[in-house]
Amino acid sequence: MPTTASSAAHALTDVTASDGSLRRFLHGLPGVDTVGLEARAASLGTRSIKTTAKAYAIDLAISMVDLTTLEGADTPGKVRALGAKAVHPDPTDRATPTTAAVCVYPDMVATAKEAVAGSGVKVASVATAFPAGRAALDVKLADVRDAVAAGADEIDMVIDRGAFLAGKYLKVYEEIVAVKEASGAARLKVIFETGELSTYDNIRRASWLGMLAGADFIKTSTGKVAVNATPANTLLMLEAVRDFRAQTGVQVGVKPAGGIRTTKDAVKFLVLVNETAGTDWLDNHWFRFGASSLLNDLLMQRQKLATGRYSGPDYVTVD
Amino acid sequence: MSDKPKKAHKGEQGHGDGAAEHRRLSVLKTYKLYVGGKFPRSESGRVYEVTDSKGTWLANAPRASRKDARDAVVAARKAFGGWSGATAYNRGQVLYRVAEMLEGRRSQFVQEVADAEGLSRSKAAEQVDATIDRWVWYAGWTDKIAQVVGGGNPVAGPFFNLSTPEPTGVVAVLAPQESSFLGLVSVVAPVIATGNTAVVIASERSPLPALSLGEVLATSDLPGGVVNVLSGGTAEIAAPLAAHQDVNAIDLAGAGEELAKELEIAAADNLKRVLRPQPVDDWSATPGIDRMTAFLETKTVWHPTGALGASGSSY
Repeated sequence: MPTTASSAAHALTDVTASDGSLRRFLHGLPGVDTVGLEARAASLGTRSIKTTAKAYAIDLAISMVDLTTLEGADTPGKVRALGAKAVHPDPTDRATPTTAAVCVYPDMVATAKEAVAGSGVKVASVATAFPAGRAALDVKLADVRDAVAAGADEIDMVIDRGAFLAGKYLKVYEEIVAVKEASGAARLKVIFETGELSTYDNIRRASWLGMLAGADFIKTSTGKVAVNATPANTLLMLEAVRDFRAQTGVQVGVKPAGGIRTTKDAVKFLVLVNETAGTDWLDNHWFRFGASSLLNDLLMQRQKLATGRYSGPDYVTVD
Repeated sequence: MSDKPKKAHKGEQGHGDGAAEHRRLSVLKTYKLYVGGKFPRSESGRVYEVTDSKGTWLANAPRASRKDARDAVVAARKAFGGWSGATAYNRGQVLYRVAEMLEGRRSQFVQEVADAEGLSRSKAAEQVDATIDRWVWYAGWTDKIAQVVGGGNPVAGPFFNLSTPEPTGVVAVLAPQESSFLGLVSVVAPVIATGNTAVVIASERSPLPALSLGEVLATSDLPGGVVNVLSGGTAEIAAPLAAHQDVNAIDLAGAGEELAKELEIAAADNLKRVLRPQPVDDWSATPGIDRMTAFLETKTVWHPTGALGASGSSY
């Protein structure tokens, strides 16, 4: 499948020609049926996933985790520990899949890179003045180049929510394009901070805007605000990537982040992916969980399935 | 799984003759589990019929599943830090508060105990009084147990050497099957008095006093999750608890010989402390401190004192 940003832009070139045309396009997207969306997300959450299906879902979810530490108190030691955990989530069971990536601040990329070297685990770095995104474009781009130079495989950028809410869609678009260019070969995840976008309509618009600008992933949130990933807003974004592929042939990944803490939650999201976007997205190249405590719960559930005994937090690492 | 509640069963009795104007629909109580300070129904949605000693239907009690047990352990683990970290004095106050609350609902418990155990009202009242006194007794022990089983140790060196008892963690408690209230409290109170948190499986045949006790605990300043009450098949709920890796100890008071053996084997996997069932003829006898010390661990620490200077201190 052709997955370059330019071909996406090509299919909808005239849309991004001016601020006016972009606005017309985004506001021309069909409105979101809030009640229907939430009911759909809730009803998909009631699927019962048991035994072998559950074992598959747990392993898949582990392989989709972007193990994240984004604290002011992050130390090289903590990042190394996180890297070790990403490579061997459960040291007592080497059959456990590795996580997809570790996600750190730009200054920790080199440390993280070292910690996961040779394992296939990627290093993602947040950038562009994460989490607020309130900085000049030059500063943001320097932030991105820093992370890429340090070896980041993936860049998690935040959009300028202020500009988006003010209706300056082209500004947001151009910023994403610039960041995409600065990222080079690194895959770009675009964070919308859905909790700050107020409406589902805005989330749909932001999703399309991000995809038009060449995002490789669209991501719900930073994990730093009150409302993070919910089944409903993730469902909406999954619909957007599905429709975008149907229209342009370009597949874009989705990453819900923040607030997903239990295996049950994670499995609900996988059901959403399967039922909305389809099995093509059931792969850590196209779907990720941004999480930290989720992994421990997945591991405890994995141990429960293997041994038949409920496990406890004493048997997973503290991080 | 089980039948629907048979409503309009009790309220009609005794209202039959000439009381038509007083006739009202009976308001039956829905007994629920007590987990993490909340009153959920069983996750499984199951209930079972609870009858009095003569076989008359009393109420439907939830039949908890292993998932309820798991949720209860999570709640108990969450509550452990706060409860074990509370001062012994504060725990004593809270337990005394439980006794106060029980006193206020005395008549309800007398009725439930009388129904459950087939006792006369006066005998049941004796049981309830003994139970309330038992809470008070253990409330007094919270800040004294450390002095009895801990203390300074004489050592050959310039050190302070201190042993202090510490709570062991989350304790699964199988309440006695026969003594539905006094027996229950006699096994639960010692567990929480020392700072453990408990997952209690009520007497299978007569769980109602235990479930009502949950309502008392919820209004007694006891943090949610310190005591979690489950009702249902004792063997069914106890098996996952005994095997649970995050349970630190299990009290098998309510298990028969066969079941106790199975559970003890399951409990060996993560080296749980196991209190084997001991025959108790009379729950109202003074219990002693064995049930408290069964779920305590002794921590011993060495404090260097250094040489004492002329001022009496080297610091």
